[in-house]
Amino acid sequence: METIKINIDNKNVEVPKGSTILQAARMNGIHIPTLCYLNLDDMNIENKPGGCRVCVVEVEGRKNLAPACATECLEGMVIKTHTTRILNARRTVVELILSDHPADCLVCAKSGNCELQTLAQDLGIRQITYKGAQSTYRMDTSPSIVRDVDKCIMCRRCEMMCNTVQTVGALSAINRGFEAVVAPAFEQDLIKSSCTYCGQCVAVCPTGALTEVDHTPQLIRDLADPTKTVVVQTAPAVRVALGEEFGMKPGTIVTGKMAAALREIGFDYVFDTDFAADLTIMEEGTELLDRLTRYLNGDKEVKLPILTSCCPAWVNFFEYYFPDMRDVPSTARSPQQMFGAIAKNYFAKKIGVDRKDLVVVSVMPCLAKKYECGRDEFKENGDPDVNYSISTRELAHLIKQSNIDFNKLPDADFDNPLGESTGASVIFGTTGGVIEAAARTAYELFTGKKLEKIDFECLRGLENIRQATVDFNGTPINIGIAHGLGSARKLLECIKKGECNLHAIEIMACPGGCIAGGGQPLHHGDASIIKARHTAIYEEDKNKPIRKSHENPYITKLYEEFLGKPCGELSHHLLHTHYFDKSKVEICIE
Amino acid sequence: MATYKYHILVCGGTGCQASDSAGIIENLKKELEARNLQNDVQVITSGCFGFCEKGPIVKIMPDNTFYVRVTPEDAAIIIEEHIVKGRKVERLLYTDPETQQHISDSKHMGFYQKQLRIALNNCGFIDPENIDEAISRDAYLALGKVLLEMTPQSAIDEIKKSGLRGRGGGGFPTGLKWELASKSPGDEKYVVCNADEGDPGAFMDRSILEGDPHSIIEAMTICGYCIGAHVGLVYIRAEYPLAIHRLKIALDQAREYGLLGDDILGSGFSFDIELRYGAGAFVCGEETALIHSMEGHRGEPTFKPPFPAVSGYLEKPTNVNNVETFACIPIIINKGAEWFASIGSEKSKGTKVFALAGKINNVGLIEVPMGTTLREVIYEIGGGIKGGKEFKAVQTGGPSGGCLTQKHLDTPIDYDNLIAAGSMMGSGGMIVMDEDDCMVSIAKFYLEFTVEESCGKCTPCRVGNKRLHEILDKITKGEGTMEDLDNLKNLSKVIKDTALCGLGQTSPNPVLSTIDNFWDEYVEHVVDKKCRAGVCRSMMRYVIDPEKCVGCTLCARNCPVNAITGERKEAHVIDQSICIKCGACKDKCKFNAIEIK
Repeated sequence: METIKINIDNKNVEVPKGSTILQAARMNGIHIPTLCYLNLDDMNIENKPGGCRVCVVEVEGRKNLAPACATECLEGMVIKTHTTRILNARRTVVELILSDHPADCLVCAKSGNCELQTLAQDLGIRQITYKGAQSTYRMDTSPSIVRDVDKCIMCRRCEMMCNTVQTVGALSAINRGFEAVVAPAFEQDLIKSSCTYCGQCVAVCPTGALTEVDHTPQLIRDLADPTKTVVVQTAPAVRVALGEEFGMKPGTIVTGKMAAALREIGFDYVFDTDFAADLTIMEEGTELLDRLTRYLNGDKEVKLPILTSCCPAWVNFFEYYFPDMRDVPSTARSPQQMFGAIAKNYFAKKIGVDRKDLVVVSVMPCLAKKYECGRDEFKENGDPDVNYSISTRELAHLIKQSNIDFNKLPDADFDNPLGESTGASVIFGTTGGVIEAAARTAYELFTGKKLEKIDFECLRGLENIRQATVDFNGTPINIGIAHGLGSARKLLECIKKGECNLHAIEIMACPGGCIAGGGQPLHHGDASIIKARHTAIYEEDKNKPIRKSHENPYITKLYEEFLGKPCGELSHHLLHTHYFDKSKVEICIE
Repeated sequence: MATYKYHILVCGGTGCQASDSAGIIENLKKELEARNLQNDVQVITSGCFGFCEKGPIVKIMPDNTFYVRVTPEDAAIIIEEHIVKGRKVERLLYTDPETQQHISDSKHMGFYQKQLRIALNNCGFIDPENIDEAISRDAYLALGKVLLEMTPQSAIDEIKKSGLRGRGGGGFPTGLKWELASKSPGDEKYVVCNADEGDPGAFMDRSILEGDPHSIIEAMTICGYCIGAHVGLVYIRAEYPLAIHRLKIALDQAREYGLLGDDILGSGFSFDIELRYGAGAFVCGEETALIHSMEGHRGEPTFKPPFPAVSGYLEKPTNVNNVETFACIPIIINKGAEWFASIGSEKSKGTKVFALAGKINNVGLIEVPMGTTLREVIYEIGGGIKGGKEFKAVQTGGPSGGCLTQKHLDTPIDYDNLIAAGSMMGSGGMIVMDEDDCMVSIAKFYLEFTVEESCGKCTPCRVGNKRLHEILDKITKGEGTMEDLDNLKNLSKVIKDTALCGLGQTSPNPVLSTIDNFWDEYVEHVVDKKCRAGVCRSMMRYVIDPEKCVGCTLCARNCPVNAITGERKEAHVIDQSICIKCGACKDKCKFNAIEIK
């Protein structure tokens, strides 16, 4: 690697050619504060507008200060990072941001987890010299996301996520000067935009401008209602991230503590979405095998590749942008919704409770799930299969409110029958997991042979688009994986053009999959947190005694007792869905 | 080809058109036809003459008679007297304000004497909608020379040698810019002409496009040849309909003549030009913002590097120059770099066009050699201050330039001197102020503009300028403190030091320069709560002098808010808590009894 010599804060150092001043400083133990900058390096996600001007430094020979995040080091550069001039400029810039920011930290959803708050603290700002008018905007609440853009600091991270990474284009900067803010086009509400509710904007927002809709007050009321039986399901990715909210190392697996905490909170039944993930594999795997068999038998009408449909933001995405391809994805509902349907139609009867008195709550790493459970097709006579969904962050708050010392909780198990799951279902939580789980089952069902090597290493990793061929006993099955909607768009366009020879594709809306979902503890731009969760997911899989969905005894029992067979009539009614053309987004300019 | 005895040139610039120069042309033609003279006298719509103060202007050739403030009704007398009888129409001639003498030849007017026209060379001399007229004045001669006799590098070297610097404001050496774009690898490159003249006081780019569009087409083509581009784009504000119209005509004519398009002049070099319309955002004059706007994105600047020469339009190497810069190119090629470099000051070569405005006698567009002093421009070309008032300041460089004073009058105008004096060249706006101007209000006025025009991307410009404006507003309302003045200074310096693009980096200039040059006035506002120019209403008090008041009640009857009380034949009093400072009482008082304090 070619290096160059620079001098930074009176130290002569050598840094790789092409490094920015910020990178060079960090390599040499100098922490230049930043605000708008965000870099999830291995995931191709970078926000570097050079807009906040917090990271300014002095470069010898340069007239004005330089933003460290965007300025490349040149041979012989002499850099100072904390002269009086810089400290004054940096403090003034942060004071300016604060002067146009509501000072309601005490009641802000991001309090204690806000990058602007931390920065103000680090710089020791005790007063705001330049007070003046504050920009105010309308509050916007969608089914999943709350926009309180009075708190927007124009870092543009959300815009970058929504446009560059996700290619959704729901959010962009509008207005000019002091009134400039990030919003949907024409300042419409998010609900009228093409927002998929993936929540990646929320995941990167440094302040309280973008947050999740808080469903915990409703939950607390329902738990206290003696007429209600409250059931909870927890998604696979929650258990490898929840611990972070309690000071644990990223990647700590807290499945047992989480189950114990949920029971302490007062849920009547603590179940697992993983169970429904196994059910998803049975349904989606059967659908895949059916299409594949028909295809191999020469059926020209069959739609291949089959696309997964577990991710509600992804479903929204193709409904908005590729409605003409809506017969391609699997019709299988997402695990959250399969769980809801089984809980309300099977479990409620089993325990003799009317479905209206059964409250099904999900704990999800995701914000789109809040929207998904409100979709009309997942309701029976107005009663939703899943009443509402809370995020990992909301669960952490709930645990704290319930006076539970999470770190000291003994491990507990999920309840049965909807709490038993396999390793295959756990890996739903990360990119590549769903398709690996499907491959484990499909292989055995297709070939009639036992799968010797359960780990499909070729399907794992964090590369945005991956392809691998799996050998189904002589039949090569081409599998594709995309995470991040921008990557999904690329694959969809290939399929549209007929340039794709894949049989099955897994798509997750969030880069990294559910482990990096919009409802997870905030990573604040630290990619190592996401990687630690990724590793933990596979570790949890490895520790499971059963690792193939079709071997889950409670799944077998469910089919025997209730559903009949995968993709059968009852399954079709309860576990499958259909998609809509949402390409026409309503525009109404007031 | 017809030969005419007389040519009547009527200014068809936007300003003169607004004063019905089209009506003048129509009437002139009618009058000629009535006398059957249409084959002897040709009426031509020309570009701007620059002396907008006196528009509409009609010039008669060959005797070079310069008629000012002509109306359509004057057409008959011009034809009858000047054309038919050969007598000049005295009342339409320019009157020298000093000597009160009529001057008929523009060459002898103070306004034109000190000027040297390079960029505006053809403006006012040709019909901009007729390529033949342009060609008769050497248009496309330089293009032929470059394409057929020069290599791209030798043409770039010529521009480098001329010392030409960007006229858009930054003053970056043009030849060097071309060289960077030329050396950038890639076979898809772009030449962009920045015609987004955002400074509300400047209109030289518009005048050049309206008066001599072929010079821009020619220069862009030369640039394309030099850097290896085949597509040129003119980013022009949509508020310039006449410039757009004439540019389109010129483009069509150039294509028709084989001066644009495939295989120009048989050289094998192909180049064409497209137009892109801007929506009038000031920040889109910044080259990266301009490029983003052309790409269909939000018009906001991005960090340089990468410079457009490396990654510009559609991420391809792009050379962006301003209209006035391009207008200098053909003449440099024709007359040579040495000739151009012989004009101007040591580091700023050639001439610069200024839009002279404000409290000055001769408002208009002027072009002077670099190094001309402000005094020469204001007093000799500009004809001094209107109404014989005292000169107070001159603001150069557009909304984000600085205010210079008496002590700067003998400063030779060039890029470096203006920056050293706390202002800048900018686009070439030059606004003169007199004793009636309050410098705090002036600073506030300019800040209002930059607050409005900030794109909002970086904190210092988005919030900082807003806060600067708020502090200035507070001071003009008489609520300022000395601490505010300290804050004003610190904040201005930080904005300059930290803002992302040229707009933000220069927006505090009006504040800093007025603080430097008119500190006393700021202190008066803050400490004495006084505005010496009588502009800041909140600080004014209308007071009735009991000695002079005779109790006629006229003021009380005219006060719209009933703030004045008093018995008949007794001195009246103004209730300051009610008074809205409209001044109606003062205007009405026949005894001069009402004073402003």
